[in-house]
Amino acid sequence: MSRVGTPLSPQRRRFLQDSARAAGGCVAAGSLLAWLARDARALPAEALRPPGALPEQDFLSACIRCGLCVRDCPYDTLKLAELGVDAVATGTPYFTARDVPCEMCEDIPCVAACPTGALDPALDNIDDAKMGVAVLVDQENCLNFLGLRCDVCYRVCPVIDKAITLEASHNSRSGHHAIFAPTVHADHCTGCGVCERACVLPEAAIKVLPARLARGSSADHYRKGWEEDAPVLEGIIDLPDRLPGPGTDNLVTPGGYQPAFTLPEVTQ
Amino acid sequence: MTARTHLPVGHEAIAAKGWTRAHKYLLLRRASQLCFLALFLLGPWVGIWVVQGTLAGSLILGVLPLTDPLVFLQSLIAGHWPELTAAIGAVIVLVAYALIGGRVYCSWVCPINPVTDAAHWMHRKLGLQKGWQPKRATRLWLLATVLIVSGLTGTIAWELVNPITMLHRGLIFGMGFVWAMIGAIFLFDLLVSRHGWCGHVCPVGAFYGLVGHKAMLRVSAANRSACDDCMDCFVVCPENHVISPALRGKGDATPLILSPDCTNCGRCVDVCAEDVFKFTHRFDTLPVAPPHPTAAPEPRASRVL
Repeated sequence: MSRVGTPLSPQRRRFLQDSARAAGGCVAAGSLLAWLARDARALPAEALRPPGALPEQDFLSACIRCGLCVRDCPYDTLKLAELGVDAVATGTPYFTARDVPCEMCEDIPCVAACPTGALDPALDNIDDAKMGVAVLVDQENCLNFLGLRCDVCYRVCPVIDKAITLEASHNSRSGHHAIFAPTVHADHCTGCGVCERACVLPEAAIKVLPARLARGSSADHYRKGWEEDAPVLEGIIDLPDRLPGPGTDNLVTPGGYQPAFTLPEVTQ
Repeated sequence: MTARTHLPVGHEAIAAKGWTRAHKYLLLRRASQLCFLALFLLGPWVGIWVVQGTLAGSLILGVLPLTDPLVFLQSLIAGHWPELTAAIGAVIVLVAYALIGGRVYCSWVCPINPVTDAAHWMHRKLGLQKGWQPKRATRLWLLATVLIVSGLTGTIAWELVNPITMLHRGLIFGMGFVWAMIGAIFLFDLLVSRHGWCGHVCPVGAFYGLVGHKAMLRVSAANRSACDDCMDCFVVCPENHVISPALRGKGDATPLILSPDCTNCGRCVDVCAEDVFKFTHRFDTLPVAPPHPTAAPEPRASRVL
């Protein structure tokens, strides 16, 4: 090389060393910070975000942790996570349904207070909130499933008869009673947690979980034939349905006709 | 050095001006820091809601929004387009600090400042070595790192560790283990690195330094001809590299401390028995002419810089 004999300037060496040190330090510090950032994304299952909260990943880019939503919550439901005490990202708002559930204020003051849109201002009807989904996690201890008429979770539900219904079925243990199973309908459940708070058991049998834990999902290609009139696929031969009613070969219905063929007699 | 440079720091100023005048800006600063904290605490403690929220974002008297511009910037980089309220708040804060001096935040508002000042005070009393002194640009590198990590992880990254907002939020909403973090910063400044946190590491200070690059409010060594080289200003200044260009400037060189690192804390004004320094604006560039140009005061100490 032609440069072998040229003396390198000490300033140049100094500059390169300093830059390398600074860059190295930044990579180390940045990695640590990035690791903390990844760690902060795991929201514990029992910690629920306020109504209108963006999906967790977006929420952490939007929430500046100012606490204004906490201040405007009239029921002291919301808290800011404390460093080292709560496993939620430090300073972000959350609530624990079993302690104080969301009372679903009609004017949604927490969303109105949020200056950044981390709580989405597009949420104008609290019944559309999706803070989580209630799940009856323990049928073995739920009093209703034991055949009693506790019904508390059903009675307290702010969206009663839509978010929670009581589904009657035969009580095979006693043989002559009914079981009224509290049944959550996720489309209507806001995840407010009033049911979990109200459950009379020492540990609630119904719990609000984040949707990612509470729900499965249907595969895109599943079609429920009983909900659809259209053929499953265009071009596939659609055989006539033999439904009861006029115009079919069902003789029981008025307008039914004698089929053009006769089935062989069944002899025993 | 003569014996006088070994006098207790501020001794001559106290003798010349009295204790109160020799601590004027220190007292004002503590009052300001307490005042800012009190405004935030008045609501939760007494129920008088002048200010709601924390330093990261607040609402004054239920109308005026304020947002920390660095938090806002990280949020933008993380990919969230905030609502107008937060944007207005950030602009108000940005303009205010751009005018009065970015790092006024550090010395007059930030709740960590009393902690690191206490560490520095004890550091001086114990006569400790200055310890690890990373380059002044370290905090700028860190600021860049914080912004990059915000972008890569899609989070407001510095808020995961920011002791300023953590302490402030802790006092208002609940401390958790923030005490341990504050203790760690105190010990870092005391034992590991003099002025380490505020002077070398904190990216918030670096950010506000950039914001206040052309700020109006400045300290000027206007009366530098009266300097008797007692060195007290260099001892008390948290960013003492900013003093030399102004104080040691010759002839028409500006006596203004123009470095964005200056926090406008005013300790140099306090501690100077000769009233060399004063607060002024950035267009006040003329040094005070010595009253008798030939009879400049005899330096009390030999020059060390």
